[in-house]
Amino acid sequence: MSDILVSEQSAPGADGSGRPSGRLLEVDDLRVEFRTRDGVAKVINGVTYHVDAGETLAVLGESGSGKSVTAQTIMGILDMPPGFVTGGQVRFHGKDMLKMSAEERRRIRGEGIAMIFQDSLSALNPVFTVGFQIAEQFRIRRGMSRADAKKRAIEMLDQVKIPNAKGRFNNFPHQFSGGMRQRAMIAMSLALDPEVLIADEPTTALDVTVQAQIMDLLGELQRERRMGMILITHDLGVVADVADRIAVMYAGRIVEEADVYDLYAKPAHPYTLGLLDSIPRLDEKGQQLRTIKGLPPNLMNIPPGCPFNPRCAMAQPVCREKLPPLLQIGAGRASACHFAEELVNRD
Amino acid sequence: MGRYLLRRLLQLVPVFIGTTLMIYSLVWAVPGDPFAGKCGDRACPENYVAAMTEKYHLDEPFFVQYAIYMKNLFMGDFGSTWSGRSVNDIIATSYPNTLKLAAVALLIEAVIGLTAGVLTGLRRNGFLDNLVLISTLFLIALPVFVVGFVLQWLFGVQWEIVKPTVSSEMRFTELILPGFVLGSASMAYVARVARTSIAENRRADYVRTAIAKGLPMRRVVGIHLLRNSLIPVVTLLGTDLGALMGGAIITEGIFGVNGIGRQVLRAIVTKESATVVSIVVVLVLVYLLMNLLVDLLYAALDPRIRYE
Amino acid sequence: MSDPSAASVVSTPRPENPTEMAPATPGQPEASKEKPRGLLGDAWRDLRRKPLFWISATFILIFVVMAVFPSLFTSSDPYNGSLSRSRVEPSGDAWFGYDVQGRDVFARVIHGANASIVVSLLSVTGVMLIGGTMGIIAGYRGGWVDALLSRIADIFFGLPFVLGAIVILTTFNGAGSDNSAWEIKGLVIASLVLLGWPVVMRLMRSSVLANKEADYIVAARAMGASTSRIIIKHLLPNCLAPLLVYGTIMVGSFIGAEATLSFLGIGLKSPVVSWGIMINEAQNYLRPSPFLLFFPSAFLVTAVLSFVMLGEAVREALDPKLR
Repeated sequence: MSDILVSEQSAPGADGSGRPSGRLLEVDDLRVEFRTRDGVAKVINGVTYHVDAGETLAVLGESGSGKSVTAQTIMGILDMPPGFVTGGQVRFHGKDMLKMSAEERRRIRGEGIAMIFQDSLSALNPVFTVGFQIAEQFRIRRGMSRADAKKRAIEMLDQVKIPNAKGRFNNFPHQFSGGMRQRAMIAMSLALDPEVLIADEPTTALDVTVQAQIMDLLGELQRERRMGMILITHDLGVVADVADRIAVMYAGRIVEEADVYDLYAKPAHPYTLGLLDSIPRLDEKGQQLRTIKGLPPNLMNIPPGCPFNPRCAMAQPVCREKLPPLLQIGAGRASACHFAEELVNRD
Repeated sequence: MGRYLLRRLLQLVPVFIGTTLMIYSLVWAVPGDPFAGKCGDRACPENYVAAMTEKYHLDEPFFVQYAIYMKNLFMGDFGSTWSGRSVNDIIATSYPNTLKLAAVALLIEAVIGLTAGVLTGLRRNGFLDNLVLISTLFLIALPVFVVGFVLQWLFGVQWEIVKPTVSSEMRFTELILPGFVLGSASMAYVARVARTSIAENRRADYVRTAIAKGLPMRRVVGIHLLRNSLIPVVTLLGTDLGALMGGAIITEGIFGVNGIGRQVLRAIVTKESATVVSIVVVLVLVYLLMNLLVDLLYAALDPRIRYE
Repeated sequence: MSDPSAASVVSTPRPENPTEMAPATPGQPEASKEKPRGLLGDAWRDLRRKPLFWISATFILIFVVMAVFPSLFTSSDPYNGSLSRSRVEPSGDAWFGYDVQGRDVFARVIHGANASIVVSLLSVTGVMLIGGTMGIIAGYRGGWVDALLSRIADIFFGLPFVLGAIVILTTFNGAGSDNSAWEIKGLVIASLVLLGWPVVMRLMRSSVLANKEADYIVAARAMGASTSRIIIKHLLPNCLAPLLVYGTIMVGSFIGAEATLSFLGIGLKSPVVSWGIMINEAQNYLRPSPFLLFFPSAFLVTAVLSFVMLGEAVREALDPKLR
């Protein structure tokens, strides 16, 4: 798939990025800070990840780890101020979006990269019907007539398996159930047939049974349309079936990136290990649920060395002094831990 | 919807009865002699006393009087002045003028207030924002008769841009200044409410969604943001229309507009309490009904509100 | 912002605006530094830095002194007129000139402060006491008591301010009545209170409702505190802040309202000196002697604005989100 994309790409280096690659969407050493009255919070401190067509990257992390802010920066919907991008690139088809004009970026939104939000009730406009909000894109972006746009919008509602799509076209968001509303949200984000779909905690606000249905739907649509998908979540349980690769974020950094099977089998970062351990397991009935002790660091005052060291069970003196870089530790996997090798090689 | 309307109308009944009862009793029952000071400086003419006593059944117990008065009111008879002119007639001639002035005032406050509110809501803490904040504070704080006289003196007398008073033809250009004065305080409220509302909604999730859909900025602001932010503003304008339709006693007085407010003032000056009561009751009724309409309007604008 | 009373007395009280009542957002997690300060301490710290606060407070102080000791500012007699100097322009002798009846305008605007300050302060006190009490009872008792009190409030609320005042004042203060100066003041105060209390009641009621189920109140009740103790010791201090802000702004509005009623000729009457009466008397001489209108208006405007701005400053200090 990425081969095809290479041929579509503009001349290597023409945009000054210098490092042409066949990637669909790349985040490269992105740095974002929030400047508030109380100080500067370094929210993203050099995040690098990519997603190709047809694959799903899961970005995992606690709240405040910077996973959503990264997504918002990609979409260009970060509130600025207080947010400031202080470094790095976000390349779409090899072109740095952060250097594009506002109009160029706008054209990418929806058509190139689309986004699904966590809370569909607040993310949908309460005073317009769901149908209007989907059809709007066909009318404004595709210049369709009202009637055609409506027809296409109903098709979209049908595709996300909303029963009686025609009848629900004129319903307002609050008249939908949570699961149906999230489906409508998905229909809206897919309307312009985007190449990349960013799903920011798409199931967090839903009941457990509905969560699975929505994840199945997303996975199905992603495969059908061969989209690149970035699935942002804090829930390891959600990603196992859908994701191809997982990037784990902590304090604005990627601490581990790996194939989904490798990561589950042999995590290469103590933080990932902690996350895996905190999933309740049936075969450990009766045991106390394990959690990661301590709190994520204050982003206005990140401790020196490895940001995870105050909470890390394996921490050594070096962890308090030296920030471990994200290093390749094997085929397609990387870890930002001084003791990554030992972790992977232990039994 | 029908049941909601019915319930609201029923709620209105005790308020209306209470209000009218209060006004009625203040005028006819509280003073020992109902005719003391009701016909100007002289004593009331014999035939007026006789006619009024008969018409208002002043020799009957108080509640009978009130009931008869209310019956007349609902038959469409609003009473008459002591010189015999019917209050219906007064209302018919002066009310259109009040409505014209109210329409101009509402237009001015909507256009200026909204523009100021939207601009400052989108761009806070700039020069314009501070200017609007301070000038609206002035407009809200100042009694309308001060605003009226100062502007009348400035534009009408000092600079002679407009005629200081309105002619009986009620031309639109003549009504701009009185309309501005009448709408000045509400204009400030509209600006402030619009500003707060826009500023609050600007960071709303659905605005972010609209941007993420790749809609042009003018559509994001003009459709998605504005449609939500305007709900409280439209409600405010509706409530204000109710107040404006109650007559602008002071503005009409200053600019010589022959409206219902002027009639009330005239009745006060000539000390015709019966006329005052009759007109005021009608105006209160209009005001209450307008407030009911605003509630319905609010529900119509915000689909989340359901009639119960 | 949406002061629903008679700031501009012609526009009638409006229902509390939905956006204004938006619940305070959870807000940013407080950066933990320094020791925790109370809301009032925070507000005071904020307030001290505002020039607007000091300016309006200074003006208010001046007006209050003016109301109590007018002789500190002028030695002229505000009542003594001589037709020979009717409408004489401002000069060194009389800084603000002489009015139609040849009375010293400067002395009159100074002495006019008394009527405005006394009437507005007493009215606001009355409104606070009656409206506050009613609001606490309605909010705390709920049920039919609440329903009854709320309907009564609706009756007064449904009355446009000027119209209501006209009806009341023409009845008791109309032609043929020869009330003394103090009786007239009392009547004006009474009508302002009568038409103003529902707003305070609604404010207090919603404030009590919001606090009634708070954990500390429930805890106090569980520990067997009496109703009156809960109200006085726990509920009142927490509902007081918005009430005080509103009261300050209301003093400004009521100064304007008093002037408006006097201007209409149904409020205070000569020989009482009042800015509203002076403006009323000046309106027929707008063209030849605009200074007759200017000076009382300027004093009135300054007084109203001082109170409104003080209230706004305090409100902003108490609720930084508004800015």
